[in-house]
Amino acid sequence: MIKKIITLLLILIPINSHALIEVDITRGNLDPLPVAVSPLSIDEKSRKNFEKALKKENIGEEISSIVENNLSTSGLFNPLSKKAFLQAPDIANLKPRFEDWNLIKAQALITGKVNYVNDKLRVEFRLWDVLAAKEMMALAFTTVPSNWRRVGHIISDKVYERLTGEKGYFDTRIIYVGEEGPKTQRIKKLAIMDQDGFNNKFLTLGNELVLTPRFNPTSQMVTYLSYFKNLPRVYLLDIETGTQEVVGDFPGMTFAPRFSPDGKKIIMSFAKDGKSDIYTMDLENRIVERITNHPSIDTSPSYSPDGKYITFNSDRSGYQQIYIMKSDGSDVKRISFGNGLYGTPVWSPRGDLIAFTKLHKGKFYIGVMRTDGKGERLLTENYYQEAPSWSPNGRVLIFYRETKTNEKGEGFSAKLWSIDLTGYNERQIKTPTDASDPSWSSLLSN
Amino acid sequence: MKLSKIFKNTLIVLTACIVLSACATKKEIATDIKGSMQGDVYTGTDTVKYLAEGVPDRVFFATNESILTTASRETLRAQASWLRKNSGINVVLEGHADERGTREYNLALGERRANAAKDYLMTYGISSDRISVLSYGKERPVDSGSNPLSWSKNRRSVTVKAN
Repeated sequence: MIKKIITLLLILIPINSHALIEVDITRGNLDPLPVAVSPLSIDEKSRKNFEKALKKENIGEEISSIVENNLSTSGLFNPLSKKAFLQAPDIANLKPRFEDWNLIKAQALITGKVNYVNDKLRVEFRLWDVLAAKEMMALAFTTVPSNWRRVGHIISDKVYERLTGEKGYFDTRIIYVGEEGPKTQRIKKLAIMDQDGFNNKFLTLGNELVLTPRFNPTSQMVTYLSYFKNLPRVYLLDIETGTQEVVGDFPGMTFAPRFSPDGKKIIMSFAKDGKSDIYTMDLENRIVERITNHPSIDTSPSYSPDGKYITFNSDRSGYQQIYIMKSDGSDVKRISFGNGLYGTPVWSPRGDLIAFTKLHKGKFYIGVMRTDGKGERLLTENYYQEAPSWSPNGRVLIFYRETKTNEKGEGFSAKLWSIDLTGYNERQIKTPTDASDPSWSSLLSN
Repeated sequence: MKLSKIFKNTLIVLTACIVLSACATKKEIATDIKGSMQGDVYTGTDTVKYLAEGVPDRVFFATNESILTTASRETLRAQASWLRKNSGINVVLEGHADERGTREYNLALGERRANAAKDYLMTYGISSDRISVLSYGKERPVDSGSNPLSWSKNRRSVTVKAN
């Protein structure tokens, strides 16, 4: 229901070109690339059909504004005002007058066309290098009309990939916990939305406390903690069917769940008699394996993308610190040695970095370090923030931040934020209610 | 010369005033916190409820700690003696943490705190099958403040009747 597989028909192959525009995403980009996103052109018949089907007056304009918004929030691009555009969308898509686009200082231009064909939405788009006066990419695909927002995200991903050389992260979803009510009696619900905050949907009613949802690699399943019947246990939810089942039904609390990179296991903590250890459960045969065995608190486990290692936090040294070990639990090594406490380690999808939360002198930081613990870099500091989750391309982190209350205990709020790995481009992600515990899906179309 | 002496005296008086007023404010804060906290463990009764007369329902912990203080042990002995007299009553020990920690670690910490209380009740003769443990981590604070006193009230294990 939520996940409708898009029928991607890539018809045109990118034209081989070199020495064209390139955007460097490894540094903080203080000078975003000026790009003109011309509205997708649409003929009158198609426009009317889409208006009937989708209640949108001009779907071409709607889709290009999704692209514009995505490119702008990435911080790498600066979409120019449409008011300055001199060329009509349909003509621009056939053959741009590069002088006109040059005049308004656009370096890249996106044009396209959308058609209503056999109850389907067919879109084609082109990316142009204005200075070199060349086409950089041309693609077309067909899908069901209700997927129109995803069409905008897919175009954004293709443009991002062509210009930066790395996969995009726009055709993705965020699963998180929606929060309401006073701080002492918060009501929490599982919620899912597109990466840009649209298509928000609550997946639970708020009758029981739910925490820490995380996607599986195909983004169709979610594992999370639920206090159903006041028994905190790890659950599994199929987003498509809505089926929920308990997977961590041990004689005590199970929590901090995550999927293994192949999606076959859930790794989690099990707390009993005052100690928390890390376990895995094979989802197919339900075999449970104990990974750590220590009188301390071992929790927040996260696999390396190749599945060979696990990072977790433990207070075995006396304080909460980050460790790595082999996936069978051997070779436990502490990697965080800076001042303060370290928690919530999450392995980057690229494998080279671990994102974490750090508490030092009353402040909370989101940071990254290499997997040997070296090269620690703190990206953002605040009163309270934690739980980073990586974008599928490993370039952006999403996390949540809570505010300090005033002397009367009022003014509490929890919001989702994102920040680039560079430490730049910090921004709040709008949600209909307060929000926490975000988890980023994989790229839905590949 | 005389003038300079007056000036000097005024200065001394002025300095004394400043020192005194500084002392007064400092003392006030100290007693305020001292009245309800020892170290950073809450010792007040603001949020405490009673299972029976003289039997407080909760014990408090220092930051990141699950060690029972002298006062906590006294409270738990009172609970144990009440539970021995009321053998039909089972309890849930609900462990909590303050908001200054990561969510998952705090869930584990709440569990550890409740278990510290459970172990103590057991040494005073309460059978483990009468006690269950439930951690809420930082999810259910009693005080929504963002200050050391509020946090100290939230680091707790609360004994709740289960039946």
